[in-house]
Amino acid sequence: MQAAIQTRHLSKHYGDLQALNDVSLEVGVGEFFGLLGPNGAGKSTLISILAGLVRASGGEAAVLGHDVVRDYRQARASLGLVPQELVYDPFFAVEDLLRIQAGYFGLGRSQQGWIDHLLQRLELTGKRNSTMRELSGGMKRRVLIAQALVHKPPVIILDEPTAGVDVELRRTLWAFTRELHSEGHTVVLTTHYLEEAEQLCERVAILDEGQIKVVEGTAALLARHPFRFLSVTLDGDAQIPEQLVPLVDSRDGRRCELRLPRATQGIPEVLDALRSAGFRIADVHTRDPSLEDVFVELTKHST
Amino acid sequence: MNWPINWYGTWTLFRKECWRFMKVLVQTVLTPVVTALLYLLVFAHVMRDRIEVYEGVSYIEFLVPGLIMMSIIQNAFANTSSSITQSKMMGNLVFVLVTPLSALELFIAYVGAAVLRAVMVSIGLYVVAVGFVDASVTAPLVLLIMLLLSAAALGVLGLIAGIIADKFEHLSAFQNFFIVPLSFLSGVFYSIHSLPSPWRELSHYNPFFYMIDGFRYGFFGVADAAPGQSIFVVSVFLILVSSVCLWMLHKGTKLRP
Repeated sequence: MQAAIQTRHLSKHYGDLQALNDVSLEVGVGEFFGLLGPNGAGKSTLISILAGLVRASGGEAAVLGHDVVRDYRQARASLGLVPQELVYDPFFAVEDLLRIQAGYFGLGRSQQGWIDHLLQRLELTGKRNSTMRELSGGMKRRVLIAQALVHKPPVIILDEPTAGVDVELRRTLWAFTRELHSEGHTVVLTTHYLEEAEQLCERVAILDEGQIKVVEGTAALLARHPFRFLSVTLDGDAQIPEQLVPLVDSRDGRRCELRLPRATQGIPEVLDALRSAGFRIADVHTRDPSLEDVFVELTKHST
Repeated sequence: MNWPINWYGTWTLFRKECWRFMKVLVQTVLTPVVTALLYLLVFAHVMRDRIEVYEGVSYIEFLVPGLIMMSIIQNAFANTSSSITQSKMMGNLVFVLVTPLSALELFIAYVGAAVLRAVMVSIGLYVVAVGFVDASVTAPLVLLIMLLLSAAALGVLGLIAGIIADKFEHLSAFQNFFIVPLSFLSGVFYSIHSLPSPWRELSHYNPFFYMIDGFRYGFFGVADAAPGQSIFVVSVFLILVSSVCLWMLHKGTKLRP
């Protein structure tokens, strides 16, 4: 597998704060990869090192085999970064911003067709002459995506692209990133919406306290999660039997959710124990763990 | 993409920086011209009876090159420093930092735009001054060299200040406690020969003095220091601040933490 992104023993500290600690990661060409982690886990630091916005304290990072320090020109030309913050230059119109951004990469008028395509695909054609100040938050977000793609980078990093956007735009962005991926781009996504990573990403890495906790295929990660969830709606004033109390994950009125170890705890036994305690079971529902459950499990100390 | 030097990228950033100050031309070019014109009007009235500083050069004529150079100094500095600080504070500097532009290319583009703004301000001021005094140029080459060297040096200083500053307050402190005093105390309004000791001797350690003095030589063919000395000192100053600035850009000081 040729690596679109490769880091080796990457570390970064700001004074005493260790933001990244010995992070070695490989993302293959053409992958749709999710980078997850709680706030302060080091996701943005990792992305910033790859994009050349932050200098690593130790280790190496490369984009498509180009070292981000020694061969920074090729590394940066290979990468498109959609920043998390809605940052923009208020002086210029949307189309001018895209032309300027392409120009920085040495691309002139030949890029106009691609700029037109991006504007059309991101539904910005009608706003090409508007300044960023005149655009809504969602539109600004789309311009940021267009800016990241204007030099046709093979590797695209989207840092929380759907944070704070409405449902419709979120779906549009999902469809667009899927399209980019199907065209052969490597897409790396950081997100707080774990459902998003579950639906889009083939593999995920969970980063916590500057370290990689796990890197695995999304489906495999979910499958090897050692729990499943049983939700029961209970009638009656009885007490939850003592042996089941440690399994209770949440309780909301009559509804009780239990987290059951797959290997040792069968569902019929749990239901029998509840009935024996004096409950009448009004409803039963089971679910497999979501990425969120895995995430919480792996980053427990941070939550 | 071929990368020995990304000329097109450099040209794009230069053009964008020029575009930026030209979009607010009233603030960036017209205002300094009007400010200098006010100085000229006030001093022309108050000092009209003052004796000639150099033979055959009235005080008001003496004042014109100093005021032009002071505007060059302040505007070249303001262009780079405000652009970088503003981009840092608004976060949009990221769009420049993620590009393959090298430290030297960033340097050329930012400083080039600052020089262009300074040239535009100086032309504006010269055109206005011609309406008041005989502003004929005796040594045009010296004038041009001093203009370009000084504007570049201050553009570089502005770039350094912009890189270091975390907020506009820092920048304004740098401007008000360093640039403005040094430019005011460098012979804009007087010949340093009229200063008492030790201020006269100390002025020779102020690079801004040579900028103004060499520029003045371009107009009158006479000045406090020899033109060669002014060109030399300002060139050395430019090389010095450029080396510091390029080192900072190369290391990513404050920009790529």
